[in-house]
Amino acid sequence: MMGRMSQAKETRVVYCNCTYAKVVPEDVKTEVLARLSQSGMAFDAVADLCEMSARKDPALKRISAAGEVRIIACYPRAVLGLFRAAEAPLAGDRVEILNMRVAAAADLVRQVLPAAPPLKEKT
Amino acid sequence: MPGLAPAALRVVLYEGEGSTPLDPGQRLAALVALLAAGYQVTRVVSGGMVTPQDSGFILVLGQFQEGLPPVPAAEHREGRLEVRDVAGISGVGIAEMVEEVRAARGVEAPGSWTPWFPVIDYGRCTNCMQCLSFCLFDVYGVNDASELTVQNQSNCKTSCPACSRVCPEAAIMFPKYKKGPINGDVVRPSDLQSESMKVDISSLLGGDIYASLRNRQKTARKRFSTERDESKALLERKRCLKKLQKNLDIPDEVLMTLPSVGDIQDRARRAKEKHAKRMARSQTVQDQQPAPSVDDWGI
Repeated sequence: MMGRMSQAKETRVVYCNCTYAKVVPEDVKTEVLARLSQSGMAFDAVADLCEMSARKDPALKRISAAGEVRIIACYPRAVLGLFRAAEAPLAGDRVEILNMRVAAAADLVRQVLPAAPPLKEKT
Repeated sequence: MPGLAPAALRVVLYEGEGSTPLDPGQRLAALVALLAAGYQVTRVVSGGMVTPQDSGFILVLGQFQEGLPPVPAAEHREGRLEVRDVAGISGVGIAEMVEEVRAARGVEAPGSWTPWFPVIDYGRCTNCMQCLSFCLFDVYGVNDASELTVQNQSNCKTSCPACSRVCPEAAIMFPKYKKGPINGDVVRPSDLQSESMKVDISSLLGGDIYASLRNRQKTARKRFSTERDESKALLERKRCLKKLQKNLDIPDEVLMTLPSVGDIQDRARRAKEKHAKRMARSQTVQDQQPAPSVDDWGI
């Protein structure tokens, strides 16, 4: 994880579904998306940040320019590179990147939704 | 695929003032289906923060308590906003509705291209241009600031990470690659060592490249004087190619689509012309600058 921000109410959340590859564990993606959906919070969910970067999607510029943001995706180095490639560099002190390729769903949910009840242990 | 245009449809699940929140199962099913189909989805609630509105087409879905809200005049005029009521429609049904609206509007379907392409970590890149010289598919280029750039993402061959292995600084990432540091994981000193080992062409030939070449030339002369066997030469070439393919993790399909010698020569010629033009331009800029004065030299 890179950056650590306060749990300010105005922090936006962007979730990347990494739709076009199977590198993010499916159970982690599913659990995080389900918890986000259950929560009462607003968020942006994108199919694939890589695709948006290649297309230089203007949405990336708006994400990077609109203040504090918590991005739930993959490796921070890759996410920073993707935004920079789309000419939408992220400011290090205003972004927190959570890595679904390595972190457990329970840890991610705790960081994004601190008020959420703990996940049930999978048997 | 020719040119990558920005996505032109954003779906908004509106659950703010004046609407009844979606059923949790309906919402999740809609999210899963829409993301799988390649759409960008924003969930809006009262007081929540999301990415600001863009100039593209927005489809707002919700369960509105007093009928469909009126579309603001400007958006209506430009036809870039549509509102639909999704009361009683399943999550999958919502995704189907979005698909219908997209098709009716003539918006490009998402997901027509697998996003596999190199991403440069400029914190590590030294602008050595090894990747540019190595890639045969014209993926890399140089911008006006003479900085290496990825200019043709869609030319990249899916699942081929070979250029990242020739990068001496491990500065090239493929976020969808299975292993680090190519996938964007932290670069460790041991990674640098192993990456450079993989790309060191001299090591592929067994140590000192010049000694290898001299020996190879001697052996070849001797061999060809006694047995001029083209099939053996072809076999040897195939063996070398196989070794290179294994070391650089190049998929078979990439080798099948290598450009012809003519294409490569053509590309080299274009690069040379571009370089010459750039040099001429920088010389012109220098010529146009006034000669340094005594003050300029700090005398």
